[in-house]
Amino acid sequence: MGAVLTPFNLIFVLLLFSAAGFYLGKRQALSVSQAEGGPAALHSRPTYYGTLTSLWCAIPALIVFSLWMIIEPDVIIKLVVSQLPLEIQTLPADRLNLIINDIGNLVNGNIVSGKVDAVMQMAADHYHHLRGISHAALWVIVLVMAMGGTLAVWKLISPDLQARNHVEKVVQVLLIGCSTVAILTTIGIVLSVFYEALRFFKMIPLTDFLFGLEWSPQMAIRADQVGSSGAFGAIPVFTGTLMVSAIAMLVAVPIGLMSAIYLSEYANRRIRAVVKPLLEILAGIPTVVYGFFAALVVAPLIRNAGANLGISVSSESALAAGLVMGVMIIPFVSSLSDDVINAVPQSLRDGAYGLGSTHSETIRQVVIPAALPGIVGGVLLAVSRAIGETMIVVMAAGLSANLTANPLKTVTTVTVQIVTLLVGDQEFDSPKTLAAFALGLLLFVVTLILNVIALYVVRKYREQYE
Amino acid sequence: MSNQITSTVKEQGVKPGQATKATQNSGTADSNAIKTPESTGDTDALHRSPAQTAEIVEKGLARRYRSEKRFQLMGVSAIILSLMFLSILFISIFGNGYTAFKQTVVQIDVFLNPEKLNVDHLEKADYQGMVKESLRIMFPTVKNRRDKKKLYGMVSTGAAFQLRDYVQEHPEDIGKTIQLWVPADDDVDMLMKGHIQRGGLEVNRRLNDMQISWVDRFMEQERIRKRFNVDFFTSGDSREPELAGIWGATCGSFYTMMITLLLSFPMGVGAAIYLEEFAPKNRWTDVIEVNINNLAAVPSIVFGLLGLAMFLNFFGLPRSAPLVGGLVLTLMTLPTIIISGRAALKSVPPSIREAALGIGASKTQMVTHHVLPLAMPGMLTGTIIGMAQALGETAPLLMIGMVAFIVDIPGGFTDPSTVLPVQIFLWADSPERAFLEKTSAAIMVLLLFLVTMNAVAVLLRKKFERRW
Repeated sequence: MGAVLTPFNLIFVLLLFSAAGFYLGKRQALSVSQAEGGPAALHSRPTYYGTLTSLWCAIPALIVFSLWMIIEPDVIIKLVVSQLPLEIQTLPADRLNLIINDIGNLVNGNIVSGKVDAVMQMAADHYHHLRGISHAALWVIVLVMAMGGTLAVWKLISPDLQARNHVEKVVQVLLIGCSTVAILTTIGIVLSVFYEALRFFKMIPLTDFLFGLEWSPQMAIRADQVGSSGAFGAIPVFTGTLMVSAIAMLVAVPIGLMSAIYLSEYANRRIRAVVKPLLEILAGIPTVVYGFFAALVVAPLIRNAGANLGISVSSESALAAGLVMGVMIIPFVSSLSDDVINAVPQSLRDGAYGLGSTHSETIRQVVIPAALPGIVGGVLLAVSRAIGETMIVVMAAGLSANLTANPLKTVTTVTVQIVTLLVGDQEFDSPKTLAAFALGLLLFVVTLILNVIALYVVRKYREQYE
Repeated sequence: MSNQITSTVKEQGVKPGQATKATQNSGTADSNAIKTPESTGDTDALHRSPAQTAEIVEKGLARRYRSEKRFQLMGVSAIILSLMFLSILFISIFGNGYTAFKQTVVQIDVFLNPEKLNVDHLEKADYQGMVKESLRIMFPTVKNRRDKKKLYGMVSTGAAFQLRDYVQEHPEDIGKTIQLWVPADDDVDMLMKGHIQRGGLEVNRRLNDMQISWVDRFMEQERIRKRFNVDFFTSGDSREPELAGIWGATCGSFYTMMITLLLSFPMGVGAAIYLEEFAPKNRWTDVIEVNINNLAAVPSIVFGLLGLAMFLNFFGLPRSAPLVGGLVLTLMTLPTIIISGRAALKSVPPSIREAALGIGASKTQMVTHHVLPLAMPGMLTGTIIGMAQALGETAPLLMIGMVAFIVDIPGGFTDPSTVLPVQIFLWADSPERAFLEKTSAAIMVLLLFLVTMNAVAVLLRKKFERRW
């Protein structure tokens, strides 16, 4: 029985009810209209009555369902804990959580960390029992609500009921809900990252983080160990990020810009039809592939070239990561510049041609200056992309935070540090883990500023020529 | 007035610098006038006859055409350079990867000893021992303990499982000697594929001379061959390169993509419809719009941080689950879908809307019955492109624990699993040479998926795009 009455199955039953509600509502509308001379007497088309019925069947029940699912575990855990022996109840919070976890694992048939004793088994049985009751109650309540909603609308149906307007209002609310998800995401990012970062800054002062020159986030377990206190100065991490991004931009901006110019100003339609999709392939390749390529092909190539010239090059040099990242960004720069170059009115070009300037002179002295704000905006977006790029640097750049200006040495970046700090086991009260969130916050803020400026510039520029 | 025009002509047509150089070279008498047009005023230029001007212009022409050529050449070389990168990338990955679709197998004769196989407990028998015994029989001269260990290492540890499966399927064969093709060890595989050189110092090789002589014996007896690598497509991850496959990661990717599609498509379309068709133009919708554009440019790893802090720590959802991965990727792809959806709605001409309203449709009816069907192909194209991005995304999934080593094939939305790009990342980190080709092969499979998705998007656009 317990296996049938799962919340998951309930959703299916609810959908069936809702479909039945649609059918009932539609039939009722048709039957009440009969007395007044057929469906034409109804305010709305019959399907709207059906839809309204099914909505009232499903939506209140769904709301109750989700609230129940959110509250249920907490209530059950409280009840289970209150049944536990007193010596367990008075344990410190984290130990108690461990036991509660074990009880949950026991119930779900997972592997339990400690050994199972009678108390645990009893608690688990109790948990199981309570959950069974709760699910049964949920089934009853949700289905009663579904039927109640259906019945209420069913009774209300009359030729005067403005079913369409009601349905449209519900649709409107749903649409608004969809468009606020984007806002909620931003708020979620800010809150979650900010909250954890704040906990970090409680342990490590903000100034130490922003202006410190040493980054070694390894915290020792015991205070008397070597290197017991980690250093959280973000400057080397930032300079590393900047260096890799700068190398990437040195590759991407000239190549991307020149290919955009050639494609939009010189190339004929046939060449454009072939080359543009090929460049877009570069944009579509997953970054993990670029990372693999950088580590497998480019880094050894640079190291060997350096060895032949007698220069020692680290196998995880900033140059390799930056070069490959630049290649990744080429299509990004080129498609953005392509857009802005195409937005420059033809009249400007014609004017320059009329004065006798050559094609390249027109481009260099008329088109590019006119498109410059848009190009700058695009480049800023590309920079923000380079700063936030993760996989290439994780796979091809190093881990050690060197404060160096030599692109042949190993540097580390913000994203690499976030990944290394957060992949694997984490404890959420150590500055080592929280440092990742502080870095994440800075990454978010920096890219946000770049994006806002870039988007503003691009938008303003578009308006200028519209 | 005319002065200004002339000076513009000069700046646009003949750069002052160029003109100066040209005239200096020719050394004509009135070169002074052109040398400093600003200081002397353009009076001299005005006094020049058309013939003189033409002469000056013509002198600069060769130079200007050369610079024109240079400029064009720069454009062409930029394009060639980026296409070269693309081809090097593809060639290096395909060159490394195509061999992974073949697998070296070794034929062994196994005596299914009835004493060792209890019919009631077939799963408990010592199959590893039986495989070892058959190898010992094949090479009776190997006596040394160390050498024996090397000998057992010639076939994969997967051989024992394969034998077990065989015996469970054919219990009637117990007591007979059967011939079984089992996967060879990854080093043997690499030798057969030529990635381990036979020559050179023995210590530099993963296989010593004796092991290579065993491989030669296998070859003489035609007991070793390469076959299509089915395991690569049907098995989960493994520490042994010869047993590792992408099916587990593919399933994980599938479940993750299902969640992403189911959530992001309706929400994205809904948001696009609201913003484009219903929203009043006010500060609030402006905020939403700027916000969506920003979200599209937020680094993907930040979404991973959100997923970790919100979905795992706050809501307590399971780690490594496609459910959470799907949620994170939904938030990430949503802006892409909304932006492309709005563009698609924008391209529907207002006349359609006016006609619908004119015959008495409500605004919602106008959108759902007329505008949305016309904008659907564009929205679908945007969704497919967003999905392709999500399929290749790695970084945020590392944050929510999808980077774990998972052998089992995930069977649901909450089972721990990994996805294709993360699998590539994990394999790329492995030191074995054999994983290099596996990684490249997995990349080829991933690229195949992406190319297919993008091709579908392009076809969709071609087929349904309407120019109004």
